[in-house]
Amino acid sequence: MANYSTNELRSGIKVMLDGEPCSILDNEFVKPGKGQAFNRVKLRNLNSGRVWERTFKSGESLEGADVMDRTMEYLYNDGEFWYFMEPDTFEQYQADEKAVGDTYLWLKEQERCEVTLYNDSPLSVAPPNFVELEITETDPGLKGDTAQGGSKPATLSTGAVVKVPLFLSQGEIIRVDTRTGEYQGRASKS
Amino acid sequence: MNWQPSANLPMLRARAALLDSIREFFAARHVLEVETPLLCSAGVTDPAIEPLIVERGSSLHSPHYLQTSPEYAMKRLLAAGSGPIYQLTKAFRDGEAGVRHNPEFTLLEWYRPDHDYHQLMREVAELVCSCLGEKPVQYITYRDLFLAELGLDPLTASLANLRLRAQQELDLGSLDGDKDLWLDLLMSHLIEPRLAARGLCFVYDYPASQAALSSIVEKDGQLLGQRFELYVDGLELANGYSELTDSAEQRRRFQEDNTRRRDTGLDEKPMDERLLAALEAGMPQCSGVALGFDRLLMLLTGSEDIRQVLAFDWARI
Repeated sequence: MANYSTNELRSGIKVMLDGEPCSILDNEFVKPGKGQAFNRVKLRNLNSGRVWERTFKSGESLEGADVMDRTMEYLYNDGEFWYFMEPDTFEQYQADEKAVGDTYLWLKEQERCEVTLYNDSPLSVAPPNFVELEITETDPGLKGDTAQGGSKPATLSTGAVVKVPLFLSQGEIIRVDTRTGEYQGRASKS
Repeated sequence: MNWQPSANLPMLRARAALLDSIREFFAARHVLEVETPLLCSAGVTDPAIEPLIVERGSSLHSPHYLQTSPEYAMKRLLAAGSGPIYQLTKAFRDGEAGVRHNPEFTLLEWYRPDHDYHQLMREVAELVCSCLGEKPVQYITYRDLFLAELGLDPLTASLANLRLRAQQELDLGSLDGDKDLWLDLLMSHLIEPRLAARGLCFVYDYPASQAALSSIVEKDGQLLGQRFELYVDGLELANGYSELTDSAEQRRRFQEDNTRRRDTGLDEKPMDERLLAALEAGMPQCSGVALGFDRLLMLLTGSEDIRQVLAFDWARI
């Protein structure tokens, strides 16, 4: 992997630090006019998710991490692993529970998502910002109640629970913002 | 291709007005505006400053350096009897880019024969307040500042103590270096942010190891550089000295710089023999200061990023 000088570190660049793959979030150049220059670098540890700040002497170099973000298609879950496929090469990858985390709540078969590979195996999985999922369980809908406020919990096909308006009923497809877990609207009937 | 400027039109107008008011300030005080060359045959030896080098051209008999400050040329004018002088000019420092740095920037530099650094600090305060409006002004020694903010005496604390203090508050990995590195780290990471709400804060009397081009004197058994730095609302704005006028001592400092450069794997830089010859011929006792013009404009306009105050930042040239 390429090495990066502290002056080249930009948000999004992946480096190895203390043996862990990390993503650069921010890099601040600090230099007293007549003294040593430093870089205060904000990083996210891609294994643990921990965010912290470390100071380097300017000009030091860091080893790049073999980390890549790829758009892949989610295939299925076999009870232990989640399987993803690279659409161009049809190459398949299995991701474990640690890599998938809570993202399984938004994974729909044949949907595209971002898989981060570290040394060629999935390190983390990010869902698309919006997904359309079916309501599998909720209290019965109240017909004609479209104007009134109020909401109720609804369980979706993936197991996710979101708050939806009272008029929705089981079997309907809704659009959800995966970043906030909020209901966005009814999906247009296909 | 992004051809557009980084500063907006009101900013360009504010920039022009600030240049005007600085020129008025010095005209009223009979300080002469001068211009000196941007290209120099000798670079700066300071290990913390890297010049950009111009390699080729039929007018060049050797690689030349873009100035990192107009200091040496202005001192040659002083030795030639110029009297008080100032300059608004571009300076270049390799590798310095960030929200407060651009590799090409504008410096206001001025020299006052027969002023000591305390008199010059007061004039700097007058200039800055004439540009930014009245603000509180504080004068504190480097030593007292460290004692007040960190409870550490920068002159007597051991390297181990300085390092320990830094490591308690910051994640530094395997960072290491000499005592000055730890002092610079504590100053820039822990003390500077605490100066944010204090208006003008002049820090003076630096440890002799950080004297740069200031004269060194002994006070209470400690060697101190007659140097000051000005922080305005936590932003480092200016650096000044009671200037070193001794040619032999200047040569010794250039050599020390080059020794440190060699020890840290940097290339040595040729000494500016013309400056040394001018000092040999005799430069009047004087004080001088360099002030970051772009940063002054940032303070005036409340800009958080230096790119907002430059017509075209480094990424757009």
